[in-house]
Amino acid sequence: MDPITLEVPHMLRAPAAAANQGANAHTSSQPIITGTSVLAFKYKDGIMMAADTLGAFGSMARFRDENRFMQVGDTLVGAGGDMSDFQYMKHMLEDMQTREYDMDDGQRMGTRSVYKYVSNVMYGRRNRFDPLWNAYVVGGVEGGERFLGYVNLYGTTYEADCVATGFGAHLAIPMLRKRVEGRADEVTEEEAVAVLDDCMRTLLYRDCQAFNRVRRAKVTARGVEVSEPYALQTDWSIADYVVGYGA
Amino acid sequence: MAGLKPGEINLGTTIMAVKFDGGVVVAADSRTSTGAYVANRVTDKLTKVNDRIYCCRSGSAADTQAVADIVSYHMDLYSSQHGERPTVKVAASLFQEICYQNKDNLSASIIVAGWDEQKGGSVFEIPRGGSLHQQEFAVGGSGSTYIYGFCDKTFRPGMNREECIEFVKNAVGLAITRDGHSGGVIRVAVITKDGVDREIVYGNALPPQYTG
Repeated sequence: MDPITLEVPHMLRAPAAAANQGANAHTSSQPIITGTSVLAFKYKDGIMMAADTLGAFGSMARFRDENRFMQVGDTLVGAGGDMSDFQYMKHMLEDMQTREYDMDDGQRMGTRSVYKYVSNVMYGRRNRFDPLWNAYVVGGVEGGERFLGYVNLYGTTYEADCVATGFGAHLAIPMLRKRVEGRADEVTEEEAVAVLDDCMRTLLYRDCQAFNRVRRAKVTARGVEVSEPYALQTDWSIADYVVGYGA
Repeated sequence: MAGLKPGEINLGTTIMAVKFDGGVVVAADSRTSTGAYVANRVTDKLTKVNDRIYCCRSGSAADTQAVADIVSYHMDLYSSQHGERPTVKVAASLFQEICYQNKDNLSASIIVAGWDEQKGGSVFEIPRGGSLHQQEFAVGGSGSTYIYGFCDKTFRPGMNREECIEFVKNAVGLAITRDGHSGGVIRVAVITKDGVDREIVYGNALPPQYTG
């Protein structure tokens, strides 16, 4: 076991050192405080994303005011999985932005570049058997084109019109595919919000770890906007029809 | 993630911190257990990190003492180098850095609370895993599970100093009764710009509660 070392947190470091830093620090750790689903899809004006504001501690709703989104320039990153590893990734991304700013070369980090960076970190950590226990959704509009990608603790990546993490991958993706996949150019903001809320509502009903305080975020040509948390409407009227269990 | 090793000293615990306008109130029980034996019944789990910042320790007694010692050292160094006290956020970040980077080898769940010139009172929680969460109030340790309901029902933002003290005494008192790993006295410390006021509620003088 290495001795406890305390470098002053998150100073500027050379990229090579930063890439290695933290690796082998926690061999194949387990997630403790976790975020559940993140949903995202392409619509007419860009990308729309949603996630609740819960950091769960196992089955307990422990931290109820988490922000699982991070803005990186004109890109939006949404995170599920271990929140301490997400906080670490946020520091990495901030350091990256500082390095890029200091280079002062007139370049701006586009969404694809941010996605590549996150993916490389995730895969690199996986190869050292020391994963960041997360699933990320990275979305943005680059050169007029919408981009939406997913990357997880294995370093597996894919891009699609609709992506989701956690429970959302099982329950929401089929809904999103039916309603908006392939129709990105036609889906208006109103329709997008309605679809997103429907999916989040389904998750609220069916995911034990879901919480009824949700943030919505969109990325358009104008940049990233993250909403204030809001609560979803729910309908329990079917409860009136169920009496006993059938005996 | 490390758990406690067999026989390792456990700070079972109930710990708590609440923010009010002008500072924070921190509180803890005083039981340290080794398995089922109470190794220390008058422990002080409220640990000074600097003159206006305390941490509440739960988990492994050894781990949390080691981490707190290191953070105190760095806080001293910061004060010498900067000529002023570090903020509560800085202290919490130092705790986080150690707890996160050593997550495989630590069993530590810590609440950091205090007063600084910039923000007044602040409360931060660093659970196992090493994530950092700023809150209006925080509860931690094995006893905390028994009082989430009470705390959620009783807490209101904007309580004053006296209300916060009542709140923590009642909450920790309830947890002490129910949790086998919490017990002894309730230690309370109120931290404001003027300093730290410490108080003790003896185990035979806990706030009234129904005990069956």
